[in-house]
Amino acid sequence: MNASMNAGAIHARQSTVRQWQPSRGKVGMVCLIAAESCIFLTFVVAYLFYIGKSATGPQPKDVIEMPLVIVNTIALLSSSFTVVMAVKALERKASRAFLGWLGVTIALGLWFIGGTAWEWKGLMEEDGLYLGTNLFGTTFYSLVGLHLLHVVVGLTMLGLVLILGALGFVRGKHAHAFDMLSWYWHFVDAVWIVVFTTVYVIGR
Amino acid sequence: MTTVDQTTAVPDEVRRTFGARVHAWVVSVDHKRLGMMYVGFGLCFFIVGGIEAALMRAQLAQAAGKIVDPATFNQLFTMHGTTMVFLVGMPILLGMGNYLIPLMVGARDMAFPRLNAFGLWLFVFGAGLLYYSYIGAQGLYGTSAAPDVGWFAYAPLTSKTFSPGNSTDYWILGIMVSGFGSITTAINLVATILVMRCPGMTLMRMPLLCWMMLIVGMLVILAIPVLTGAQAMLLLDRFLGAHFFDTQNGGSALLWQHLFWFFGHPEVYILVLPAFGFLNEVIPVFSRKVIFGYSLMVAATVAIAFISVSVWAHHMFSVGMSPEINSFFAATTFLIAIPTGIKIFTWMGTMIGGKIRFETPMLCATAFIGLFTFGGLTGIMLAVVPFDWQLGDSYFVVGHFHYVLFGGTVFGIFSGIFYWFPKATGRLLSETLGKWFFWFLLVGFNLTFFPMHISGILGMPRRIYMYQPDRGLEIWNLLSSIGVIFQGVAVALFVWNVIRSLRNGKPAGNNPWNAWTLEWATSSPPPDWNFDQVPTVGSARPLWDQQNPQDPDSRHEEHL
Repeated sequence: MNASMNAGAIHARQSTVRQWQPSRGKVGMVCLIAAESCIFLTFVVAYLFYIGKSATGPQPKDVIEMPLVIVNTIALLSSSFTVVMAVKALERKASRAFLGWLGVTIALGLWFIGGTAWEWKGLMEEDGLYLGTNLFGTTFYSLVGLHLLHVVVGLTMLGLVLILGALGFVRGKHAHAFDMLSWYWHFVDAVWIVVFTTVYVIGR
Repeated sequence: MTTVDQTTAVPDEVRRTFGARVHAWVVSVDHKRLGMMYVGFGLCFFIVGGIEAALMRAQLAQAAGKIVDPATFNQLFTMHGTTMVFLVGMPILLGMGNYLIPLMVGARDMAFPRLNAFGLWLFVFGAGLLYYSYIGAQGLYGTSAAPDVGWFAYAPLTSKTFSPGNSTDYWILGIMVSGFGSITTAINLVATILVMRCPGMTLMRMPLLCWMMLIVGMLVILAIPVLTGAQAMLLLDRFLGAHFFDTQNGGSALLWQHLFWFFGHPEVYILVLPAFGFLNEVIPVFSRKVIFGYSLMVAATVAIAFISVSVWAHHMFSVGMSPEINSFFAATTFLIAIPTGIKIFTWMGTMIGGKIRFETPMLCATAFIGLFTFGGLTGIMLAVVPFDWQLGDSYFVVGHFHYVLFGGTVFGIFSGIFYWFPKATGRLLSETLGKWFFWFLLVGFNLTFFPMHISGILGMPRRIYMYQPDRGLEIWNLLSSIGVIFQGVAVALFVWNVIRSLRNGKPAGNNPWNAWTLEWATSSPPPDWNFDQVPTVGSARPLWDQQNPQDPDSRHEEHL
């Protein structure tokens, strides 16, 4: 093939202009987070739009229990800290510390899922609040559930890394990729702050 | 003549190589192949969507027409709109971006090649899901029912009560899946443009199409997820008894409209900005001048992106929102005309004093300027709230947005296809057939869509399957329907042109139009690896610099 005869000749004088070129992993992850944020925004808007519009009970102020949620929140937000420790450990190639911090992160995430399951069980069995009960049920379960879905996805990926790491496949050169995964996990945590504010502060 | 063994062997051989060729395309992660598949699928759906439109025009050609029944008509306009937006506009524009962006920025491939293939096949799957409804879905009137709720699927029509069966679910899921594909492609485009540029190519030296695609990528990332979220809510309503859009239980039909149009209006700019980008490449090359006001064009595009997320409720004036809200959205809609107008003048500024060559890409680009301006002006008319109250949901609106999306986007796409076809295939499209195609399309387009403004003013609502005689609507509808014949001839000429030129078109050479951007530096079609050496550029027109070393652009360009 008479391939690109001229291309090689395009060598203008070496440019002195500084080019801004970030890593593609970062750009890709930031874009993904932006897209996910817009999905969350849609559900947050719907939640705010329907606050106080449920014709029948149960209403948020009657059924939401703060202590349990606050403990869950602390668990989830701490996991952002532990995942940073895991990244740092991987960067300095301390694989035991890396696996340890990663394990703690996953445990905290599982705690959050378990706590939410406990909360939902109470709401359903004691208060009779389901997705179709009223607008509060509709918006509550869908917004908190959407976030929970992201926790599950994040945990699945972190779990995958844990398994691969335990088998010795995750090395220092993967630190950047794992750092990007930690960005996703931070996003899941940051969104929880928004969801928490919407549901448990404004909505109550 | 030949032995039995040989005659049986020949078709076998052909079949195997054909299978191998298909296999090579299916497993490919090459941005050029993926881009061409996007465009190919998009053009196929363009014909499908066109047939749907033609059936509607056949039905409306005379008063009290009897060609299709009302239920079929509802399916036709739903599928026509959905197809043209999601299965024609999006894949062709994103696909052309896919093909061109790595070549234009001097990269070997997109930033995430496998994600790129994933996006394409999600789109194909979503499209298949939507069209499978014609075979497998259950609707209000039984089986084989395509979605019939309109392309914007207003609540509460989409609730289980009014849309039983699952045809609406095919619409939701088909668009949702292809939407995920669009998001991945957009992420890829943004990452490629920001990360993969060759040495020397600063942001302000990129070809303007790259700027347009960067902004489009960002708008897709912003807008499509909102539709996805709203569709997820609709699915929860339809399957799990949620009440988001259930007006019987306090839900709001208006919320769907807000969410849909918050996606829907940026979507209009997603569909037209890449076409702007094609013009930004075609017009300077065929006027033999540098683009007039490069940084002005970039600024106008960014301004359009910002304003485009604050105009959505101008689709909803007739809903009965408060005067304050109406005024706000009318004002933002007037405002967005300013950066758009800047672009029109920038193109004209480029053409003035140039040595214009009216070959087919330039003809389409010039028609784009006129038709898009016309559609833009009727858009400003519709932004006047009382005017919109009078003509909202009439054929005037149909005429308006076809001038923007057909006169704009589709003419832009054909301009781009005629311009880059030689790069992608190594052969030029026939110029004679191209000119016949262009004039047939231009005449047919105006014949179809201009009379719609008049029938709209006379009071013809959109989406009706028939109208009574003696209301003064016959002649305008007949003219619209006759225009479809011209457009059909144009599309047939285009298809024939493509087939003929692929077989024995004139060989293109590397740079048939004497253009200046990087994609013309490599061979036609480009090798798998795009460039033998990573190019280094010193200005926005590297090939000009190469041809005119005594007076390169780098000497004149200011650095931002």
